[in-house]
Amino acid sequence: MSRGDHFARWPLFASGFAGLVLGLIPLPAWLDMLRPDFLALVVLYWAIHVPQAGRLWFAWCAGLLLDGFRGVVLGQFALAMTVIAAVAIYLHLRIRAYPIWHQAGVVFAALFLYHLTLWIVDGWSGHPVTTSARWIPAVTGALVWPFVSGILDKLHHRF
Amino acid sequence: MAAFQTPINRPILSRGPLSLGGFLFCAGLSIVVMWLDQRYDYLAGVRRGLSIAGYGVEVTVNTPFLAWRGLSDYFATRGRLLKENDELRSHQRETDLKLQRFDALEQENLRLRGLRMSTEQIAQKFLVGEIMQVDLDPYRHRVRINKGSHDGVQQGQPILDAAGVVGQITRVGVFSSEAILITDAEHAIPVQVNRNGLRTIAVGTGNLSQLALPYLASNADIREGDLLVTSGLGGVFPAGYPVGTVKKIDREVVQTLASIIATPAAALDRDREVLLVFTPEQAVEPVPPAAPAAAPKPKS
Repeated sequence: MSRGDHFARWPLFASGFAGLVLGLIPLPAWLDMLRPDFLALVVLYWAIHVPQAGRLWFAWCAGLLLDGFRGVVLGQFALAMTVIAAVAIYLHLRIRAYPIWHQAGVVFAALFLYHLTLWIVDGWSGHPVTTSARWIPAVTGALVWPFVSGILDKLHHRF
Repeated sequence: MAAFQTPINRPILSRGPLSLGGFLFCAGLSIVVMWLDQRYDYLAGVRRGLSIAGYGVEVTVNTPFLAWRGLSDYFATRGRLLKENDELRSHQRETDLKLQRFDALEQENLRLRGLRMSTEQIAQKFLVGEIMQVDLDPYRHRVRINKGSHDGVQQGQPILDAAGVVGQITRVGVFSSEAILITDAEHAIPVQVNRNGLRTIAVGTGNLSQLALPYLASNADIREGDLLVTSGLGGVFPAGYPVGTVKKIDREVVQTLASIIATPAAALDRDREVLLVFTPEQAVEPVPPAAPAAAPKPKS
């Protein structure tokens, strides 16, 4: 029996909200540069562990909300989120079987793809951010993946 | 597992529940949305909706900081308050002194302007806005201000603080709006040297404490310590407000242009409250600061 059949929706939205808030909390500038993309990690987690059809829409909506916040061209984060959610859903069985640090490697690749998409759209829309520091969150995101994944596991399996 | 429930005629190694159609639809939708948002103005309503939805989240993030500030104000020590009072009183004395001359000067200025038939804008109305404690993007100097179209904020409206120009409004939401600071790498502001009226453009550097003046010739009459004020050209910023002071000038003999660095007058990294300025006629269409004039257009 698949867990997903009677999967409560609220952990999904609660974790999405938490991801958004963590992405907005003011931090000192140096820490802000290291800040992982929490919302992207949340989207990846649900895409891997409860990969139903609705996850793409969840990813898309999360991305659109983020677009609204960041004040970038609408659809930029939506596209990036859709891409990584699709990759994660496509590979979810394999990723689940990996040990956690191996998973972190896959997450790094996904986050890299995420930032690559953002980078391409940045260039297209005429707001290029060319500093190489913009790729740092992909690394820190992979490093915090075991913790994020552990916390979301608790949330997921309790309810 | 979903894979075990699939019918027998499907391949054993299922690809999982990813539907290619769904992915193409979502990705295509994002691209259409981006194109519409970039080229046309159809999605203003969507943005307004998003800004209302986002306002709740922003308030959630902002509230603990407000509460902390309120608490620390509440428990402020007597000594600190006395010291603050002293400071404020001496500050007020200075300002009063300046103000005594201001009325007379303003009258004289208006008369002279009348003589010259000058139509230069003079800012008259202010609205106090508070910078919300949310981080938008580490590589762009954007801030969110807790006033929106609900309070009459308009796009392109200049923002000042007690010391000088802070930036301008880029996007107006219903209850909050987004502003770009003058140090954002995509921002440029027309300025003039207060000493001799030399006009140029101050460009943001992406560093909160630096502005660049890249368009002045090596032999231009500008010195370290010169005050830069808004020139009022371009129609966005009212004329005569301090923008910064010239900090460093590099005149290389072989270069046609001098490389000049200025320090912004406003306390861009410390401001909590800012003034939104209403100029009498906002009829002049504000130039979007992010206009990709400098950036090459992609071939479409």
